[in-house]
Amino acid sequence: MRVEFADSMIKFADSHPQMVFITGDLGYMALEKVQQKLGEKFINAGVAEQNMVTVGAALAHEGFIPWLYSISPFVTLRPYEQIRNDACLHDLPVKLVGNGGGYGYGIMGATHHNIEDIGALRLLPNMRVYVPFTASDVEQSIEQMLADPHPNYLRLNQGAKIKYEVAPFTQWRKIKSGTKGTVVGTGPVVENICNLDVAADLEIWVVSIFPINGVPAGLMESINATQKLITIEEHSGECGLRETLSYHIMNHLHGPVKMLALSANGYPSGKYGDQKFHQAENNLGGEGLKQQLESFL
Amino acid sequence: MYKAANAGHVGCSLSVAEIITFVRFNWMHDNDEIILSKGHAAASIYSMLAEEGILSEEDIKTFYKNNTFLAAHPPVNKIKRVPFATGSLGHGLSIAAGLGLAQKLKKTDKKVFCITSDGEINEGSTWEAALFIAHHNLKNVVWLVDRNKLQGFGRTEDVMKLEPLDKKLEAFGFNVIIADGHNFISLEEAKNKALKSDIPTAIICNTTKGRSWKLYEGKLDSHYLPMKDDHYDVILAEVEIDYNSQISKL
Repeated sequence: MRVEFADSMIKFADSHPQMVFITGDLGYMALEKVQQKLGEKFINAGVAEQNMVTVGAALAHEGFIPWLYSISPFVTLRPYEQIRNDACLHDLPVKLVGNGGGYGYGIMGATHHNIEDIGALRLLPNMRVYVPFTASDVEQSIEQMLADPHPNYLRLNQGAKIKYEVAPFTQWRKIKSGTKGTVVGTGPVVENICNLDVAADLEIWVVSIFPINGVPAGLMESINATQKLITIEEHSGECGLRETLSYHIMNHLHGPVKMLALSANGYPSGKYGDQKFHQAENNLGGEGLKQQLESFL
Repeated sequence: MYKAANAGHVGCSLSVAEIITFVRFNWMHDNDEIILSKGHAAASIYSMLAEEGILSEEDIKTFYKNNTFLAAHPPVNKIKRVPFATGSLGHGLSIAAGLGLAQKLKKTDKKVFCITSDGEINEGSTWEAALFIAHHNLKNVVWLVDRNKLQGFGRTEDVMKLEPLDKKLEAFGFNVIIADGHNFISLEEAKNKALKSDIPTAIICNTTKGRSWKLYEGKLDSHYLPMKDDHYDVILAEVEIDYNSQISKL
């Protein structure tokens, strides 16, 4: 999604002259054209994310729309208090962009992963978290973020490639219908279910903006009809989709519903590999996912 | 205010009172920004706003009370001339950096004055901001350090040595000026030097925490303890003597 992100920055620069781009010293072989396009409004703030976020908040206070870019944990968890105090409490349109949410940075290791970002940020006041599903979601989500006057976080990853048609970017999207179970997922990891044979008769939904303030009627109908709910997220279930969705459906259930919550549980083996490796050992992909689904269904 | 509120942090405001008075009424223009990074001295900026007429006497009476806008640290979005809530140390200089950068991009001549404590220079974010301000040559930012040499639980040089602070700030790329933070003539001299600088200025204002509160002047107690009745009268008398002495020299 990094290519689509850079292309979108260039595309919207002319129509949004208040855009300022600040990178935390990242973007080699990716942001050079953005730098060229934005000129003095492209700033490398160095490896100093706390300052970067507060500078962004002050720019937003002065009418700019700052896009603050880094690897996901460095732009979210490192400057968390700056995000809360300076951007969120003041409800300023600071746009955080984290590349490689989840296990996106694979073999780079645990310091470069982020399986707490959605949870950590969605609970901050005024913050809205955008999680694109496909590569083509990126431009649409950026367009929506530009129109969103609140602080936002954009979680970038590898875009999902699935055989089903995906509707334009919005908070809730139904990917396909089905009767044997209801899947609700967030982010590109949902593709791992979409592409399995066992998914043929599953209803699949993707949620792409947090916090959620309710659940679409069609989704509730599906959950109540199938009585089997599967959540999938490349993120901790604690404070993640698993918990927030559970809360929002609780008062709308017609009867007992079985739930399989697939989430990122860190490093079960203590070993490292690429993104697919970490997905597989957390049952978010590969044989583990397949077996979990077959056993559950 | 502190007496009425029976609140601590008296010494923190007394330490910075002349600095704020000088900056607001003898240096900054109405469109300029002032950031009190040491938010625990909120009463000093509330007093400034009362003097300007932005806060009323009735507002001031609510300080520290329930249902007030005037919290112990400057609040979010409720008061003119307080663009950001402060109180968590180490944010203010980055706020000033961002506001300064914004003015540079907008090509205005607005200035940004940032008053930090010396203790908060412990914060890494303060140094991040210092690097940023110097690198981008944000000479529209003026950093005033309230150098009272006391922080939360000890003397700055015992807790985490800051000296030689002037050389450190110079090495970071600042035009460093040392001033007596309780003396308007000294602050005026600092201002004149700052105005001639082609690089950002940091003024190390030597001060005394709890200035005029003789019992606790220069002591950590002045950071935390509320005033007793007899202390209040002594402080008022001291402030008056000090003020008259300075006015006579101007």
